[in-house]
Parts: sequence; C-alpha cells; structure tokens
Amino acid sequence: MSIVLEASGLKRHYAVRRGMFSPVANVAALDGVSFNLKSGKTLAIVGESGSGKSTLARLVTMIEEPTAGTLTIDGVDIVNADQAALRRLRSQVQIVFQNPYGSLNPRQTIRAALEEPLLVSTDMPAEARRAAALDALTRVGLRPEHADRYPHMFSGGQRQRIAIARALMLRPRILVLDEPVSALDVSIRAQVLNLIAELQQELKLAYLFISHDLSVVRHIADEVMVIYLGHAVEAGTRDEIFANPRHPYTRALLSATPVADPGAKKERIVLQGELPSPFNPPKGCAFNPRCPMAQERCRVEAPEPRDLGGSMVACHFA
Amino acid sequence: MRTETLPPETTQAAIPAPPSPARAFWLAFSENRGAVVAMGILIVIALAAIFAELVAPHSPTEQFRQFSKVPPFWMEGGSWRFLLGTDDLGRDILSRLIHGARVSLAIGVTVAVVSVLIGVVLGLVAAFQRGIIDTVIMRSMDLLIAIPGLVLAILIIAVIGPSLTNTIVAVTVVSLPRYVRLVRASALSELGREYVIAARVAGVGKLRLMFVTVLPNCLSPVIVQAALGLSEAILEAAALGFLGLGAQPPLAEWGAMVGDGREFMRSNPWIVTFPGLAILITVISINLMGDGLRDALDPKLRRT
Repeated sequence: MSIVLEASGLKRHYAVRRGMFSPVANVAALDGVSFNLKSGKTLAIVGESGSGKSTLARLVTMIEEPTAGTLTIDGVDIVNADQAALRRLRSQVQIVFQNPYGSLNPRQTIRAALEEPLLVSTDMPAEARRAAALDALTRVGLRPEHADRYPHMFSGGQRQRIAIARALMLRPRILVLDEPVSALDVSIRAQVLNLIAELQQELKLAYLFISHDLSVVRHIADEVMVIYLGHAVEAGTRDEIFANPRHPYTRALLSATPVADPGAKKERIVLQGELPSPFNPPKGCAFNPRCPMAQERCRVEAPEPRDLGGSMVACHFA
Repeated sequence: MRTETLPPETTQAAIPAPPSPARAFWLAFSENRGAVVAMGILIVIALAAIFAELVAPHSPTEQFRQFSKVPPFWMEGGSWRFLLGTDDLGRDILSRLIHGARVSLAIGVTVAVVSVLIGVVLGLVAAFQRGIIDTVIMRSMDLLIAIPGLVLAILIIAVIGPSLTNTIVAVTVVSLPRYVRLVRASALSELGREYVIAARVAGVGKLRLMFVTVLPNCLSPVIVQAALGLSEAILEAAALGFLGLGAQPPLAEWGAMVGDGREFMRSNPWIVTFPGLAILITVISINLMGDGLRDALDPKLRRT
C-alpha cells in the first residue's frame, strides 16, 4: 500500500482587499494541514462550509499553489518541480466536482469532453482516443450512443458519471472528489457511490473525498480527517473516529448525524454560535469560542496535534 | 399489463430524438414573426446590393441633365423611366439607393466583423490575464466610451481624413468597447465555472482554454450584440456621410444622399425622403432580427 501523495503543513492564505482605505486583510483559508493518500484507499475530509475543504481540493489538484508547506506527489515536491514534471504530475491528479450541472462544458459533446484530456495531454492517435472515450463511457455505466449528446440531455446522476469518466481519462492515481454526491438525489447517490467504490478497487485509485455528509463518509472512507477553520482537529481511521471521537468538535458533528431508528436514544450536542470569521480568527484554539469544554488555556495556547493511539487530535483535553 | 404487450421498439420510438442545435434555433427564431419578416426584407436588400449592376435601371452616377429633380412616378410630372425620381443633378434615385445599399451594408458588416474579432481577442485577453494588462485594456475602453460615439468618430476622421475606409476605421473604434466589455464580463463568469477548472486540471493550455473552452460559451450575447451593432454602424456611417465626412462624391451612400438633398427638402422632398426611408427600413429590420436572434439564442428566454 504505497503513499502516492504526502502533504505536510499545507497552508493557503489569501490577501483580501476590503475597501480602498483599509489595509489588505490576510485570510488563512487553510492553516497547516498534513495528511497522506495511499493508493486504493480513501481519505475523507469532513468539515462545515468555510472550513477550508475546497481550498484543500484546489491545492491538491494544483490549481493553486500553497502559501507554505510541502506537497509531494509520487515522491516529487510540486512546489519546486520544473514545468515538465508538473505537467506529468497534473495528469496524475484529477477532480470531480459537486455540481454536475456546472462541471461539463455545455457546448461540448460528451465524446469531445472525454477525448479532450487525451488530446491535450497525450499524443494518442485519434482512433485510440475514440476507443478510449467509448470505453470510459461504458465503464461508468452509460451507453456508447450517448457519446454524441450534449450535457443538457442528461440527468444529474448521468452527468456525474460522465464527470467521473472524464476525470479517469488520463489514468490518474489520485482522484479528488469534491462533494461528488451531495447534489444528487438520494436514490442516485448510492449508485454513484458504488461506482466510485468499484472504480477504486479496479484502478487502485487514491481518493481524497471531501464531504460534509457523515453517513456518506462512513460508507466510503478508510480514514477521516475533520477540519475546522483551516485546522485539522482530528484525524484517524474511520472506525476509530466514528466509534471513539475525541475532539469536542468531532463529537458535536457526529451527534448531529441523523440515525434511522426512532427508538435510538441520542444525546445531541448543540454548538453555540457560528464559524468565526476567518478575517479575525480566535486566539488560541480555533474552536474555543464554541467549545463546551473550553478553559482558560484554550483561549491562549493553540493545541498541537497529538497521537492518541489510533487518531491524531488537536485538543488540550482529549 | 397493457404496456407489456407493446414491443420494446415502440417505447423506444416514443421518445422523440432531440432536435439538432440548428433546427432548435430555427424553431425558436421562427416563432417571432416580426424577426422573420425583417430577415426577409434584409435578404431582399442584401440581394439588391450584391447584384446592384443587374437590378438598378441606371448607372448611379449618370447625370440626365434635362431630367433634373423629376418626381417619383406616381406624382404629377413623374415618369416610369425614373421610378423614384431624380436628384438635383439628374441622377436616378432608385439606382443610387440600390448601389448605396452596397456601401451601407458593406460598412455595417465590415465594422461588425472587425470589431467582433478585435473585441473578442481583447476581451478574452483581459479576462484571462487580469492584472496590469486587464487594467490597461479596460481603462482605454472606458476612455473610448467617455466620448460620445459620433464626436469620437468625427475626431478620428479629422485626424486620418474623410474616406470610405476611414469611416469604417472610425466606426469600428467607436463600437469596439462594448464587445470588449461584453466578452470580458461573460468570460469572467465562465472562468469561475467548474468545467473550466476541470479542463485546466486535464491539462488544457491557455490558448485552447480561451478559444475552445470558454469562447463558445460567451458567444450568444456577442452574436446578438453584433447584429444590433450592424444597425448602429450603418446609422453612424450614414451620419458621417450626411456631414460630408464619410463616402465622398460621386459615390452613392445613403447618408450622403440625405445630406446632399437637404436643401431641396421643401421644394423636392423625394430627394431626401427615399434615402432616409432606406436607412430607416434597414435599421429597423436589423434590430427586429437582432431581437429575434436574442430570443432564440438565450436559453433563459427560450420556451421548450
């Protein structure tokens, strides 16, 4: 089980101008996150809106460069890599987006959309591209006669299948799935999730699965990382996180997942307040203003992640 | 069950094949009757312009000295020889109108095509490069917008001299900013869309991203704007001709014909009326057709 991607201390800060006379504000969308992706395994990133999940996806797919930290794909540090190496690495990481309506070019037939990655990134002859596109279409459960249609002729689930097929055209080793099923109908969701799982088995893909839906994460993840305001608060195997959550934020998240059992007794931890503005993050632990366990120490000292047998937790009291 | 008695082919055939894009466009366009009529008028005008030598009864510059200021055929003193009468120099107005259509349409089409081409390139570059290049392009466009169109055109003509080619240059410069802004704005909104990011992740280079991925998705408003810009270009060229800054005599041009006939407005009104009507009909037709195009191309307005 080889590590295909290694991220350590990944940071992404944005300089934001707020009006003509106020100073440029610095927003830490992602503030020091470390993780590994292993081939054939799924790492799920869990967090609420604004926690930095999508920023993470943009960094891993090399759409943006990290402000600090290192990102190593296939043993090559992408921050210091030369153009040729970058080009090769880019084809190793592909992405599937949340919104199946925005992720396909409305003026492109499905065939053209599937062939485009091969056309621009490989020197495959036209015949082989054609065959590869049809092959990919069948693999995601669509029929070859769908190839000449336009995206608007497909349903959301079908489009998401097409988006997955396109992401796999370059035979990547890493696939970033940015909430791939949250825009889909529940009945379609399971089908697409199963397809994603089958493809992983078949192609030994490493998945970075971004989601806010814990029931989906529980279904598909091998490892889970919970992030809050750009910080990883807890990371570990799926079973450990779900059975034995240690960070108060993880506990609150888990207690908010609906359980399909009317008799189940559950204690709901309700968090007060909202996610703090990233323009003005709280001092000390990022979670302290909303944490039911917060003490004086949390307001002063930011907790370092600690290995607590099975999971890494960033909390003074875990 | 009843449905089980049906052979599978029947259920397949019950789903109509989606119409091809061209056919869907025509279906939506032909719903607008005004636009279809306008298109018919424009086709007639365009054919007359193209085959002017065959259609026009006389040469546009030939002066029939003894037939100066002959009224149109239905008025007293009019003759069937000069259907719409003659001007002060004895030239046949109908022939001049037909040949003038050639000049006006050529100016309009050239201006529309050239300004769309330049506008698309500048707009895409501004949207993709951002930063200093974006600022330079957009602020110079603001500069052009700040000066009223006709004044700017006169200014340009004053610098480079009055001629037909220079009219085209001046009107192109005047109409350029709206295309640049339109293309930049729609390209910017497309750039944030996920399919563009997916294309970048798949390794699509900048030029292909600009012209193959993004441009086709920005094109419908540009096409509509170009159709409407055609009419404005014709109007502006006519205005320049009217002021004597456009087409130079003896070339027949509608604006210049109105300008030349102005002094006979009270005594021989047909000399200015017919070129004026020609401008009016052409411009209204183009605008009606542009409206139809917009309705047909904009999926939000399209009823399916």
